[in-house]
Amino acid sequence: MSVLVDKNTRVICQGLTGYQGTFHSEKALAYGTKMVGGVTPGKGGSIHLGLPVYNTVYEAIKHHSVDASVIYVPAPFAADAILEAIDAGIPLIICITEGIPVLDMLRVKQQLKNSTSKLIGPNCPGIITPGQCKIGIMPAYIHMPGCVGIASRSGTLTYEAVDQTTKAKLGQSTCIGIGGDPIKGLDFVDCLELFAKDPATESILLIGEIGGDSEERAADFYKQEKITKPCAAFIAGRTAPEGRCMGHAGAIISGGMGRASEKIETLRSAGILVTDSPANIGSILLRGF
Amino acid sequence: MNIHEHQAKELLSTFGVPILKGTVIFDANKAVAVAKALNSPSCWAVKAQIHAGGRGKSGGIKIAQSLDDVKKYAQEILGKTLVTPQTGPRGKEVKRLYIEHGCAIKTELYLSLLVDRTKGCISVISTSEGGVDIEEVAKKSPHKIIKLSIDPAIGLQKFHQRNLAFSLGLKNTIAKQFSKLLASCYQAFTSLDASLIELNPFVITKNDTIFVLDAKMSFDDNALYRHPNIENLRDLTEEDPAELEATKCNLSYIKLDGNIGCLVNGAGLAMATMDIIKIYGQEPANFLDVGGGATEESVTKAFQIILSDQRIKGILVNIFGGIMHCDVIAKGIVSAAKKVCLKVPLVVRLEGTNATEGKNILSKSGLSLQIANNLSDAAEKIVTAVRETI
Repeated sequence: MSVLVDKNTRVICQGLTGYQGTFHSEKALAYGTKMVGGVTPGKGGSIHLGLPVYNTVYEAIKHHSVDASVIYVPAPFAADAILEAIDAGIPLIICITEGIPVLDMLRVKQQLKNSTSKLIGPNCPGIITPGQCKIGIMPAYIHMPGCVGIASRSGTLTYEAVDQTTKAKLGQSTCIGIGGDPIKGLDFVDCLELFAKDPATESILLIGEIGGDSEERAADFYKQEKITKPCAAFIAGRTAPEGRCMGHAGAIISGGMGRASEKIETLRSAGILVTDSPANIGSILLRGF
Repeated sequence: MNIHEHQAKELLSTFGVPILKGTVIFDANKAVAVAKALNSPSCWAVKAQIHAGGRGKSGGIKIAQSLDDVKKYAQEILGKTLVTPQTGPRGKEVKRLYIEHGCAIKTELYLSLLVDRTKGCISVISTSEGGVDIEEVAKKSPHKIIKLSIDPAIGLQKFHQRNLAFSLGLKNTIAKQFSKLLASCYQAFTSLDASLIELNPFVITKNDTIFVLDAKMSFDDNALYRHPNIENLRDLTEEDPAELEATKCNLSYIKLDGNIGCLVNGAGLAMATMDIIKIYGQEPANFLDVGGGATEESVTKAFQIILSDQRIKGILVNIFGGIMHCDVIAKGIVSAAKKVCLKVPLVVRLEGTNATEGKNILSKSGLSLQIANNLSDAAEKIVTAVRETI
């Protein structure tokens, strides 16, 4: 078992014929991800990486049952691509693109509320269920099938966490990169809910950072829903100054809100184990519980 | 991206926001001439233009009752380094002044628009307690803060405007003027991809007319590509030269106060690297994310930018190679370190794709660097090395 994706998940790629789409779809195919086609407006009818290319998502779903769509479309066009996937009723949409304007994402967010689609990202590494399905840009080989469910706002810091849990011989059930943008699809709360119900997930790891209140809401949810699976967290940015955007559009302390110290305190008071050092993400899961 | 008050006012006025007449000057000798041209009946405001709030309390805003006062204040403020709670201890030099028509204030109010990331909508915040620090008002009298959430799919409606006007206790013509002000601001916010519009204060004059006395606007950097006119308003002198240089090279760099330079791939890992330096008892000198596609060139540039800070006593490179291969990065580090004639201790931690090959390249390079085996080893090594040099 796993959450959201497994070996049977049928995936299309919006932006398949572009540089990023090609590069990462090749790796996904090599990993065994069940890719069924791609979408590039104007290139419909052609074959790319052995996959049929369609002009629209609607054409693609006419020919295939599609469970998920991964989007590698440049930022100015990415929100439109997400909206198309929502409109076509794709159950799971993963948007890797960084730099989508916030107001575009507000429209996407409203459409998501009126749909049954789930969005992962944008500005994220994607989602992987080790040994079964890789959708995104993460390096495959650091992962190991296992019991830790990981949700993270960061890219390389997720790889760090994955690597440490692999070296600790725990492995991962599913890793979800929820992304570094202020307006996004799935949040920590959604991931907690999914991992809590997943039999393969024995413990949960949240990799948060400064800005917003995703971690605080996750802490409240964990406490209120009385989630019994152990949960650990690391929050990046304790040394970050206020009012500055730390690389990720969403990583900013503003008006005194979004500080690491407050997030850590709230998580701890909810019974979530927080490590101060990013070097102990793997070992806290071994020692902590 | 931030702009100056006078630029925000000019922009907002094109959407129908009521502003007072004013002129920006870069030379104090021109103050009296522009003040005369404004033909003010009683007084003028002489306002420092810097990208930071809290100007009033730091002597950056003065009300002049005479042309002599205008001259005196202009000479006093222009060229002065203002230190406000938002500038940091180093302060900001005032390079431009805004001379504005004064007005007879009856009441000061507050209005702001921003994106509510939790709710995923545009949030309007207003209070009748304007002209003071909004966070103070929120702390002392939270009941006086009125907040509306606007679903961007339906946009600002008449009922929102009525609701806010009545909640502020505004009546008749003033309520109407306020509704128009709110509609204009919403229009400006959505059509210019703003991330913040803050009017603190906007005032009701003794003649029952609404004017905006102070305006702050920030924009979504990711949307600037569709607003070249906004991009043109960027004042490069307000930004740190090293940070500007980094932006040009697609590096994300922020200068901090410590003495250990950091070069990392990925924003989250870059923050985590800063944090672990602190855990080991030293302070990071910067945040630097070389991004996913770092090359030898970008690593060289990153070293140069880090070393432009004279306080640097050591550098920690932390790379988790995913798509990026560690051997490629290692070659980049070696060549960059030689090119910049690195004289401070260097600790490199490589993990991920081709890490072993990368470490081999580093150890055979002849450079006096230390290779770290993991994150805590890296932090310990650089902190120890830096302590030995102090």
